[in-house]
Amino acid sequence: MEQKLSEKVKVIPPSGIRKFFDLVSEMEDAISLGVGEPDFDTPWNIREEGIYSLEKGKTFYTSNSGMLELRDEICKYLKRRFELDYDYKTETLVTVGGSEGIDLAFRALINPGDEVLIPEPCFVSYKPCAFLAGGKPVTIPLKEENEFRLTPEEVEQYVTDKTKILVLSFPNNPTGAIMDRDDLKKIAEVAIKHDLIVLSDEIYAELTYAQKHVSIASIEGMKERTIIINGFSKAYSMTGWRMGYAVGPKEVIAPMTKIHQYGIMCAPTTSQYAAIEAVKNSDSDVQEMRNAYNGRRKVMIEGFRRMGLECFEPLGAFYLFPSIKRTGLTSEEFANRLLKEEKVAVVPGTAFGDSGEGFIRCSYAYSIEDLKLAISRIEKFVSRLIK
Amino acid sequence: MRQEILGILEQNCKVTVDDLATILENPKEDIAKELSKLEKEQIICGYHTIINWDKTDIHKVTALIEVKVTPQRGQGFDKIAERIYRFKEVTAVYLMSGGFDLTVIIEGKTMKEVALFVGQKLAPLESVLSTATHFVLKKYKDHGIILEKNKKDERMAVTP
Repeated sequence: MEQKLSEKVKVIPPSGIRKFFDLVSEMEDAISLGVGEPDFDTPWNIREEGIYSLEKGKTFYTSNSGMLELRDEICKYLKRRFELDYDYKTETLVTVGGSEGIDLAFRALINPGDEVLIPEPCFVSYKPCAFLAGGKPVTIPLKEENEFRLTPEEVEQYVTDKTKILVLSFPNNPTGAIMDRDDLKKIAEVAIKHDLIVLSDEIYAELTYAQKHVSIASIEGMKERTIIINGFSKAYSMTGWRMGYAVGPKEVIAPMTKIHQYGIMCAPTTSQYAAIEAVKNSDSDVQEMRNAYNGRRKVMIEGFRRMGLECFEPLGAFYLFPSIKRTGLTSEEFANRLLKEEKVAVVPGTAFGDSGEGFIRCSYAYSIEDLKLAISRIEKFVSRLIK
Repeated sequence: MRQEILGILEQNCKVTVDDLATILENPKEDIAKELSKLEKEQIICGYHTIINWDKTDIHKVTALIEVKVTPQRGQGFDKIAERIYRFKEVTAVYLMSGGFDLTVIIEGKTMKEVALFVGQKLAPLESVLSTATHFVLKKYKDHGIILEKNKKDERMAVTP
């Protein structure tokens, strides 16, 4: 049977995260800093709304694009939080998580051979999704000395006449890097100059510390060439509800909706009712979670710096991406030995692309007590490596 | 800084001064000073531990008592409230609006002990007009903490 499989699927490598966590699941007493999802329960008002919709028997399909009320509330939210103007009827699509939105955008836009610029380290889905859609992923290695921001020079270096899409993913998983308005203005100039479409994954937009998230679509001349992917998983701790959305020019949203309607039909109805409550009435819950992450973030950074590992200060998402170069180990060796010797699971930076070599990803979506215990174990391990 | 300290401690009083200093980006000395001020001003009145006694071998009985009283001239309800909250069995006293005046929460080892307290100490107080005792059968949530909540981390390693 294997020879009958799609050639494309055969060449996609398995995820580095999966491989590693198969090891973790077999180990008792291991502390994991590996999970990329919030540790908070979905706020009760949101869950209650989901339950209520079920009680009322609201269990039928919704329109393919998602419930009008939800799309309307999403657009009001984007205006309120990020100064973005979208028409809820024609420029908004409710998807099954942000991941579906990424896949749809690539499939709606890419013709065979089109190049997709993907700054790396990055979320592991972009490359396979672009490849499966028939595109050629081209990675741009981001540099720690630039605080893992993307510079216009880097884009210029990798752009060709075949480049169609530039993927932006800030706040970033795994580095926690963010881009401010000035950074984005410069990237926008390059995108306009080379007529690039920007796929901007803003799933961590609500999790920024010290400064507010800016979307590239809010910069002049960019709305018409940007597709924003966002969702409820990270901000509202709703990973299992699988609720995401895409907003962008109707010329792209319409074909994305076409693919979505044949493949998925519509996002789950219960989740859509819960999402309406989330986006309308949960700002204070988001603020509370953000504050908690921020406190943990500081404790973690302090811990890594104390043990002598360089740690760039992430201003977004809930990950730390410390450098382990001083230990002389590769990312994989570090993560494997740390798990075996001290029972702490972190993700090797290389799981997010080759440019993640020399780094590890540590999620701080855990209690302060767990984080401190993990830090003390990592410190013991590192002290044996750095004299 | 004050409000932030209170917010963090309300969630978790085990947070150390070192952690507070890191989280709030202030010197440890300043945090310690502020904490001590908050304690002196009795804004922080104590550091309490919430224990689910039902999960131990120690048996405790909690009762909520509705008490109607006669307020005293010049002192309102305060004097009688003080008479009541001084008893060591009493863990909380609240002045209420509505059908009765004071909510008194008491803890004892047995129902008999609670009954004796109400019958022999609380009800005979001169200002107390009537009492209605309700025994707590099970605590589900206390001080904002869900007691039966499953704390196990059920997140799975998913890819991506």
